[in-house]
Amino acid sequence: MPRRISNSQKTMTTVAAWTIGVLIFFPILWIFILSFKAEGDAIGTPLHVISSAWTFDAYGEVQGRSDYFKHFWNSVVLSLGSTLIGLAIAIPAAWSMAFVPGKRTKDLLMWMLSTKMMPAAGVLVPIYLIFRDLGLLDTRIGLVAILTLVNLPIIVWMLYTYFKEIPGEILEAARMDGASLRSEILYVLTPMAIPGIASTMLLNIILAWNEAFWTLRLTAASAAPLTAFIASYSSPEGLFYAKLSAASVMAIAPILIMGWFSQKQLVRGLTFGAVK
Amino acid sequence: MVSPAVAVLLIWMIVPLAMTIWFSFQQYNLLYPDRTGFAGIENYYYFITDFRFQPAIWNTLRLVLGVLAITTIGGILLALLLDQPFWGQGIVRLLVLAPFFVMPTVSALVWQNMFMDPVNGLFAHIAKAFGGDGYDFLGQSPLMSIIIMVAWQWLPFATLILLTALQSLDREQIEAAEMDGASVWSRFIYIILPHMTRAITVVILIQTIFILSVYAEILVTTNGGPGTASLNLPFLVYLASIVDNDVGMGAAGGVIAIILANIVAFFLMRAIGKNLEH
Amino acid sequence: MGQITLSKVVKQFGEVTVIPPLDLEINEGEFVVFVGPSGCGKSTLLRLIAGLEDTSAGSITIDGVNATDLPPAKRGLAMVFQSYALYPHMTVRKNIAFPLKMAGMSPEEQEKRVKAAAGVLNMNKLLDRRPGQLSGGQRQRVAIGRAIVREPKAFLFDEPLSNLDAALRMGMRLEITELHQRLKTTMIYVTHDQVEAMTMADKIVVLNAGRIEQAGSPLELYKNPKNIFVASFIGSPKMNFVGGQVAKYHNAATIGVRPEHVMLSTSSGPWKGTVGVAEHLGSDTFVHVNTEEAGTITARISGEVVVKHGDTVWLTPMPDKIYRFDAEGVAI
Repeated sequence: MPRRISNSQKTMTTVAAWTIGVLIFFPILWIFILSFKAEGDAIGTPLHVISSAWTFDAYGEVQGRSDYFKHFWNSVVLSLGSTLIGLAIAIPAAWSMAFVPGKRTKDLLMWMLSTKMMPAAGVLVPIYLIFRDLGLLDTRIGLVAILTLVNLPIIVWMLYTYFKEIPGEILEAARMDGASLRSEILYVLTPMAIPGIASTMLLNIILAWNEAFWTLRLTAASAAPLTAFIASYSSPEGLFYAKLSAASVMAIAPILIMGWFSQKQLVRGLTFGAVK
Repeated sequence: MVSPAVAVLLIWMIVPLAMTIWFSFQQYNLLYPDRTGFAGIENYYYFITDFRFQPAIWNTLRLVLGVLAITTIGGILLALLLDQPFWGQGIVRLLVLAPFFVMPTVSALVWQNMFMDPVNGLFAHIAKAFGGDGYDFLGQSPLMSIIIMVAWQWLPFATLILLTALQSLDREQIEAAEMDGASVWSRFIYIILPHMTRAITVVILIQTIFILSVYAEILVTTNGGPGTASLNLPFLVYLASIVDNDVGMGAAGGVIAIILANIVAFFLMRAIGKNLEH
Repeated sequence: MGQITLSKVVKQFGEVTVIPPLDLEINEGEFVVFVGPSGCGKSTLLRLIAGLEDTSAGSITIDGVNATDLPPAKRGLAMVFQSYALYPHMTVRKNIAFPLKMAGMSPEEQEKRVKAAAGVLNMNKLLDRRPGQLSGGQRQRVAIGRAIVREPKAFLFDEPLSNLDAALRMGMRLEITELHQRLKTTMIYVTHDQVEAMTMADKIVVLNAGRIEQAGSPLELYKNPKNIFVASFIGSPKMNFVGGQVAKYHNAATIGVRPEHVMLSTSSGPWKGTVGVAEHLGSDTFVHVNTEEAGTITARISGEVVVKHGDTVWLTPMPDKIYRFDAEGVAI
């Protein structure tokens, strides 16, 4: 029985929650507003910013100043590429660990998790040198490989926890119903696993999209994704608030929307199933 | 079917790790390619006695503790608030969650320029409106500024996880405690907090792992400065190996960073491992 | 069709023996109920017959064919699971048709059979819903539907009613019994509820620690339990057991008398005692009496009796309804 709450109490909570929610969200809202302003107006007082004219100029200039869409495309390739390769490696692994667990399965999972604990700075030197010697610096292939490895433990873990939730009785029912291993996988397991695989994919795209150590260190110009492109605004020339805002809005909007859709799975993925 | 995953992770784990350890005992400076050979613990010695090392360690610690304090306490309070019934719960949840999806470089640059800039930042405008002066956040309190940026990004994470944990609490337990005469405060201390302990532990440990390696925020804002005021360990490793070209010393710093992270990882793994039991 | 023979079947999980060598004959068309406390091996036995578990030794014969090493699908049996195990991503129609699709049946034939099964189970309107949109009882029906379309040699039920509430459980109990009468197919049904066993079975198999304590018709087990375990498991409220002097008088280590075979009097009888609790059910009254001679005895009195806590009463066991057991608990 849900408890009845007085309306005044609910009103107070509503006001408090909305105030805090808007405050936390405000920086994002603010750059959204600034991105539709002229550079001269964007540095004005908040009142001036709000009352000044709206324009799409900044979005055009971002592309003009440097090849924005090349970097956007790089981000897409890196996050999608690393996610798909990661899934291709992780699905069979998680699958067999969940459905045919051995004595060492638990240790194996913990060990995979431990690789995620390795600080990037700790292996920066050798990775940098390997990349330099193999000619992988500033290439998309190199970065896809690194991002795949960095996030593989999370993919395996998330998939494992999802697969684990498929009840054994369903598989037994399928076997009783005469399904061969192939039909069992095709008609029963896969359809049931797809939601889990989809949310794993979503979360991993988000993580790869926002990764900001390797993408900054191992790229220069041609393979640089948005993280690195935005970083170039740290040494600005002239007025740049509106342009930075426009570039930022475009960089975070797609991932923000994906993130909002995957909020439930986020908890599971980032806590390795420890909190659901 | 596990083998491909194991193989790539094994290579990913062992090769760079072995190389880092190997380099850390070698004389290897890209500027002086002729000086090679075994260096003993020289790299470690130079890294630890470098004038930047102590500030870097302290800053790393302050950064981690500062962000943890803000996000954990803030996260608990926010989770408690968002768990109450109110109008527009779903939307507020989305608003609170949003900063987590902002890439670190965007977050750092936006805070640095649009908010903390002493002339054109929003805070400066507000200060001026009240007759004050713009405060040079990144010049005067660089580490604090970075703590704020990082905390803004991680507060949603803590809130979301703690809220999830809170929502899994059996309402009847709370009602039973109420029947037993427990006040709001006692219910929080004796029922809610113990229920959230595991989630809090996980939040703290996971954040520690990530915040120990904060890098992008420093790179695009202060570059570790002024002086060493906002330098942390990963950034010092980057400075030593990439900027100063001293591969040996950078590797030694890397080994130290790995040891530090492993101490935290040990406890995190135990917390997560317990979850596998059932 | 539907004759199953288990001979010397053994099941071990690692070092632990769950089923010691066990023989059992299930006749064609019989409704057999495996009953016993949790952990007695009844579900394991069912799964051995289904082929979901491998036997460690012994053989299982279905309709004269040695099925010991056949995979589940090849045994021609259908199973209804405790959790129903419906495929959540398929509609009811597809769930029911799944075994037919696996058997390579044409879509037209599938549809015909699904329609027929839906008619039998009265769920034509539910065919396009998904399991998530169904109530517990409806899911149960779909699970049964999925079993009957295959026209199996035997149905296996693994505690199918344990997730339903009391009212629904009674309804489904009737439905399954009616289904059996209509289809006349062998059914093997696992439960821990002796009421289900008594009401549904042609033959009850009482299991304890993997062994068959007794197998027989419900009334046979009720009237002639082979030992204390069976006697205490079958019948509700439970049989009263008395040891000591009283038992010795009857030349037994323990005697048992069912509550319905205890007469209650407010004036005289061999066992004097005071009423502890009287449960008034309307049709019956269960009176729990603390006696000096025989300990606490439950009496089931037909209709309403006016006794209350603290009253002094006298109990008389019906002399021809006293069960006698030796020191090992075996009926004499």
